[in-house]
Amino acid sequence: MTSPGTILFVTTAIFAMAGGLVTISARRPLRAAIGLLIHIISLAGMFLTLNAQLLAALQLLVYAGAVVVLFVFVIMLIGPASEVRAIEGRFASRTLSLAVTIAIVLAVSTSLAYFDLPWGAAAEDFGTVEGLGMAIYSKALVPFEVISITLLVAIIGSIAIARSRTE
Amino acid sequence: MGVGTYLALASVLFGIGAAGFLTRRNMLIQLMSIELMLNSVNVVLLAFNRVNPANHDGQVFAFFVIAVAAAEAAVGLAILIAYYRIKKTIDTDDASLLKY
Repeated sequence: MTSPGTILFVTTAIFAMAGGLVTISARRPLRAAIGLLIHIISLAGMFLTLNAQLLAALQLLVYAGAVVVLFVFVIMLIGPASEVRAIEGRFASRTLSLAVTIAIVLAVSTSLAYFDLPWGAAAEDFGTVEGLGMAIYSKALVPFEVISITLLVAIIGSIAIARSRTE
Repeated sequence: MGVGTYLALASVLFGIGAAGFLTRRNMLIQLMSIELMLNSVNVVLLAFNRVNPANHDGQVFAFFVIAVAAAEAAVGLAILIAYYRIKKTIDTDDASLLKY
């Protein structure tokens, strides 16, 4: 008997891997961005199976709502140049990097797949806005403020870097 | 469905991102591959936090990873636009100004 959580996990896992493969194999960057969107939405669904409701919502807001839209804006800004020519030659280095990555992933994932720990009994407010918000504001208040300054610096830095210097 | 399944899936997703970063020469797709890798780390953090739900440490950490990833995407895309202004392409093979 498969539980609804298992069904949700398997579905989102398949879509997350498919979205990731579309992202790295698409020739057109817009298709890669849509693959990234599929990947992110399915990971948000997977976060629900781990009792992380607030983070699932944040994943949709920040990644699907902001990061992917930023990528699409840049693709539109750059236009046809966003598609680069195919790589010619250098089969040795490309094959080697791919083979090493696949070997490491196979070794790590097959050894981890049977690692098991019992799931703990989650409290009523685990992962909700109240529970995670209390944890952030009581135990991680200073990092939370620092991350807001980091985002502000990133905004100012992006404007300074991407600004046109022709005027 | 144990925690090992989540860890194995996260390592596969990380590998997909790493393979994309290593084999593609399109800077946009390399940035997207970095996002894939950051996302797979979040899966690991949340899975281990679910094993020990007495505190929210893993979820707090994943929250900060999401915030840093957003800042990274903004700065990375700004650098990409500045690079495009100079080179009129986003092929990383042409990023050779400091090479000679």
